[in-house]
Amino acid sequence: MSDNGNGFEPRIVGFLCNWCTYTAADTAGVSRMKQTANVDIIRVMCSGRVDPTFILKAFVEGADGVIVSGCHPPGDCHYSTGNFKTFRRMPMVEALLEQYGIEKGRFHWGWISGAEAPKWARLVNEFTEQVRDLGPLDWKRQLQSKED
Amino acid sequence: MADNGKLKLGLYWAASCGGCEIAIVELREKILDLDAAADILFWPCAMDFKYKDVEAMPDGHIDVCLFNGAIRSSENEEMAHLLRQKSQVLVAFGSCAHEGCIPGLGNLFDRQSIFDRVYLETPSTDNPDSIFPQTSYQMPEGEVHIPSFYNTVKTLGQVEDVDYFVPGCPPQAPQIWAVIGAILSGELPEKGSVVGASATKTVCDECKYDREEKRVTKFYRPHEIIAEDRCLFDQGIICSGPATRAGCEARCTSVGMPCRGCYGPGPNVVDQGAALLSAVASVVDADTEEEAARIVGDVLDPVGTFYRFGLPASMLHRKKLEGVG
Ligand code: SF4
Ligand code: SF4
Repeated sequence: MSDNGNGFEPRIVGFLCNWCTYTAADTAGVSRMKQTANVDIIRVMCSGRVDPTFILKAFVEGADGVIVSGCHPPGDCHYSTGNFKTFRRMPMVEALLEQYGIEKGRFHWGWISGAEAPKWARLVNEFTEQVRDLGPLDWKRQLQSKED
Repeated sequence: MADNGKLKLGLYWAASCGGCEIAIVELREKILDLDAAADILFWPCAMDFKYKDVEAMPDGHIDVCLFNGAIRSSENEEMAHLLRQKSQVLVAFGSCAHEGCIPGLGNLFDRQSIFDRVYLETPSTDNPDSIFPQTSYQMPEGEVHIPSFYNTVKTLGQVEDVDYFVPGCPPQAPQIWAVIGAILSGELPEKGSVVGASATKTVCDECKYDREEKRVTKFYRPHEIIAEDRCLFDQGIICSGPATRAGCEARCTSVGMPCRGCYGPGPNVVDQGAALLSAVASVVDADTEEEAARIVGDVLDPVGTFYRFGLPASMLHRKKLEGVG
C-alpha cells in the first residue's frame, strides 16, 4: 500500500459489474498495472443490482470510500438497461450522502468498460489519494459517540 | 398483577408530541374496558404522578409500561432506565420510541446548531446576550439542574432493553387494543417482536389503490398537484407505501394523502429509506443520465423524505458529527 506520510490507509469498497468494470479491473491486475491496494472489490452481476443499502452498509461498516462502476450506457449493458437503474438511483444516493455529511469525494459512480483497464487503474489511484486526503470516516465511532 | 387481579400499567412520554397519548384516549369507550382491566400506576400526561412515586416502587412492580417518545435528553434516558427497572414488560410504544420519528430528524443537526437556531436565529427571538440553557445554575437557594440536551436522538431500544415494539405515528386504536388484549390474555409473542402491525405485508397491500408501477417524468409534493383517484405513486407523488409495514389499514392513502412511512420498514426491508429511494428510482422515466438527474432533482430533501419517521433507527442513524471520526 502507498502512504503519503499520515499513516492512514483508506479502505475503499468497489461494487463492480461482472461484465465491464470487473473485467477491466481483472485486466488491470493481470497486466500488472500499478495500482494502490486500497480497493476491496465486490463483484455484482450488474451495477443496477447495487441496492443503496449496500453503499450505506459499506460506510457504516467502516469504508472510507465507495465506488460503483458498470458498463457504459446506453448499449454496453449485458442486460441492455441494467445500468439505467444505476443512473436513476445514484444521483439520489449522492444527494443522500451529502445530507448525511459524507463528503462528495468519498463516493464515485460511473462507467468503465472491459476494454478500459488503464482507466480503472487511474480511478483506483486517484480515488485512493482523494479519500486519503479526506481522512478516516470511521462511522462506527459516530454511532458510539457518547453524550456529555 | 395487582391483588385485585388487575394489570398494573404505566404510561410515559419522552421526546414526543403527545399524539400517542391521544391515541390511547382514541380507544374511546374501550378506555372503560382498559380501566376495568388495568390499574394505571403512572401516567404523567393525564394524571398527577411524580418521578419519585416511580422511584419508590419495588423493581418489576409495573406489569407493562407503554413508553412513547424518543430519547432526546438525559431526562428521557434516565426515565427509560428507571421504567425498565420498575417494569416487567417494557414496550416501545409508537414511532418515536420505536424508530425516532419526527424528533429524530433532529439527527440532521446537532445540539449547537439546534440551539443556535432556537435561541438566536429564529425571527421572533430577541437574545442579545446570546444566553443558552445551562445544565446547572447557581441560585441563592442553591444549585439547580436541568436535563442535558443530546446531540443525537435515540430510540428507546438504543438505550434500553425493550420487550415489544408497537409502530405508528401514532399507533392506531384497533392495533393498540389488540396489543392490550394480547397482554391481558398472556398470549405474548416472542420478545423483541414488532406487535400491532403486519409481519408480511406493506401498506400497498392494504391500500385501496393498485400500484401499476407507471413511469413518471416529474415528482410532486402533495400540495403541488390535485391527485386523481388512483395510486399516488403512479402520479409522481412519493408514497412510502411500498417500503412500509402494513398495520394502519392505509389510513393516509384512503384520504388521498401519500403514506409517509410511519409504521416503519416493511417485510425484508433493512433500511426503509434506501428501499424507498430504490422504489422512487425505479419509476423514473429517463433513458439518459441527464434526464434522470433532472427528474430525481425534484426530490429536494432525500433524508427527510425517505427517513421521515426512522432516521435514528436507520443504518446511519444521523448526520456526521463534526469532530467525531
Ligand atoms: S398510493 Fe401508495 S400505498 Fe397505495 S398502492 Fe400506491 S404506492 Fe402503494
Ligand atoms: S399510511 Fe403510512 S404514514 Fe399513514 S398511518 Fe399508515 S403507515 Fe403511517
